[in-house]
Amino acid sequence: MNEILEGLAKAFQLILSGDPKVYEITFRSFFVSGSATLIAALWGLPLAILLGTKDFRGKFLLKQVSNSFLGIPTVALGLILFLAFSKEGPLGFLGLLYTPTGLIIGQAILITPMTVSLSTTAIEAVDPEIGDLAKTLGASEFQASIVVLKEALNGIFLAVIASFNRAIAELGIAAMVGGGIFGWTEVLTTGIALNIARGNIEMGIALGVILLAAVFGTTVTVNSLQRRKK
Amino acid sequence: MVVAELRNVSKDFDGRRALDDVNLEIQDGEILALVGPNGSGKTTLLKILGFLDKPSKGDVYFRGEKVTDRNMERMRMSSTLVFQKTVLFDATVYENIAYGLTIRKVSKKEIDEEVMQVLRLVRFKGFENRHAKDLSGGEQQRVALARALALKRELLLLDEPTANLDPKNASVVEEVIAAASRESQTAIVMATQNMFQAKNLPHRVALIANGRIGEIGTPGEIFGRLSKTLASFAALENTFAGAAEVTEDETTLVDIGNGVKIEAASQSSGKISIFVSPQDIILSKKQLQSSARNVFKGKVVEIGDLGSLVKLKVDVGKPIVVQITKRSFNEMRLSLDSEVFLAFKASSVQVI
Repeated sequence: MNEILEGLAKAFQLILSGDPKVYEITFRSFFVSGSATLIAALWGLPLAILLGTKDFRGKFLLKQVSNSFLGIPTVALGLILFLAFSKEGPLGFLGLLYTPTGLIIGQAILITPMTVSLSTTAIEAVDPEIGDLAKTLGASEFQASIVVLKEALNGIFLAVIASFNRAIAELGIAAMVGGGIFGWTEVLTTGIALNIARGNIEMGIALGVILLAAVFGTTVTVNSLQRRKK
Repeated sequence: MVVAELRNVSKDFDGRRALDDVNLEIQDGEILALVGPNGSGKTTLLKILGFLDKPSKGDVYFRGEKVTDRNMERMRMSSTLVFQKTVLFDATVYENIAYGLTIRKVSKKEIDEEVMQVLRLVRFKGFENRHAKDLSGGEQQRVALARALALKRELLLLDEPTANLDPKNASVVEEVIAAASRESQTAIVMATQNMFQAKNLPHRVALIANGRIGEIGTPGEIFGRLSKTLASFAALENTFAGAAEVTEDETTLVDIGNGVKIEAASQSSGKISIFVSPQDIILSKKQLQSSARNVFKGKVVEIGDLGSLVKLKVDVGKPIVVQITKRSFNEMRLSLDSEVFLAFKASSVQVI
């Protein structure tokens, strides 16, 4: 028990004293997961708009696929990507394995179903007549879909934040595709696992505290922003 | 001058015919009422006139120009539709009204002036910074109307603009429609099920049933001769036809069938049609002692939610529609099959 308390105390010391290693890992984690969230939003939102507003063949299938990938185990996806990115794998020539870029792409793939699924739900929740309303007030087709998107903004914002939280908190891809290489691809989750394994209890706890603060922090910020808007 | 014209327009939805070979001309400055029961094709017709929907067959002309896929977006700039179910953007009253002007790149100063002017028109001045979703149903519909008026379109389309409103908001909306028609040359097409409105507001009335326009003429022509078409419109809310006779008290008793007799204040005899506004009927769980000449006992057979209001259909031998506030509805603990009493004054019965 004493050891844990001691570890906790030292962990806070590390954070408060501005330990360069702690900050480097934290910054990289935010950069990697932030970039992955951005990419997932860039290709996921147009798909969500399509799924949420238009009727076409194969729409049901596409939604099913997206929904079933929502809960994919991160280790399983990590394994698939590891095999694809490894030297003998089909994408081995890209040299993405054990690089931050590979990690970003991996996380983006992981969270895309979440971005798409939650955003689609938010867009579908918008009054179906909003688009027609914008049009009858003189909007073009494009302007009308912007209006629909704006009405769904709260929900889309939540979808993006939830996706970011899944990315920053996942371990499977960070370990298998990133490899948790010290000073290169080590992020918060791999940092926690590796430091604890190596016996660096206080470093592990420090990173854990930051990870929890990051996840809770984003959620609380979003909630209070939404309340203020109301 | 003809603003818009429909030539042999039909519209199908998944094999169901919503409009069937409709021919219609709309003139500058007129108010045309489309009167018909639910599902008769009124909304479909309005969406085609608003260029939000295309006919399956037939052509639409605006100012003599045929409407095609290519000019539809431009045509939309000449016509605007106020939906029956009020739709507002998740924004302030000001932003809602300004939207149509903003996308046309009107200057901020002009938008300010326009917004203030239409808010004054719908008697909603000083509410511009309120959030639209915080308003009551009636106030929201007034904002929706103001938003349409701000655009000053040549053709204003209104889909049952007072159907879900309480009497106070409904009368504001009716006045605004009449004023808009008087003061500008805007042609107005409004769908309605309200016989009183159809008789007093428009210049012309078109009776529509099963996607077809049955008759079209001035209110005097349509309601005066009380055509067979109108009698077949029993599906219209609270519109009944029957044999009338003058009573000793110099009122009229109308036998509308199934043993239901309604007393009207005016004197008429022979075969007539009458209308009772759903807002004029008092609903109670016990029989009230009152001055109302018409009291019926019945069962609730249908409940419709209209936001702050609830519409109930009560079977008293004939179905009578009543409109009450949601608060009363909850306080009275009404449900399907509840036994209730309806009461309305003989003077609330309008002979049409």
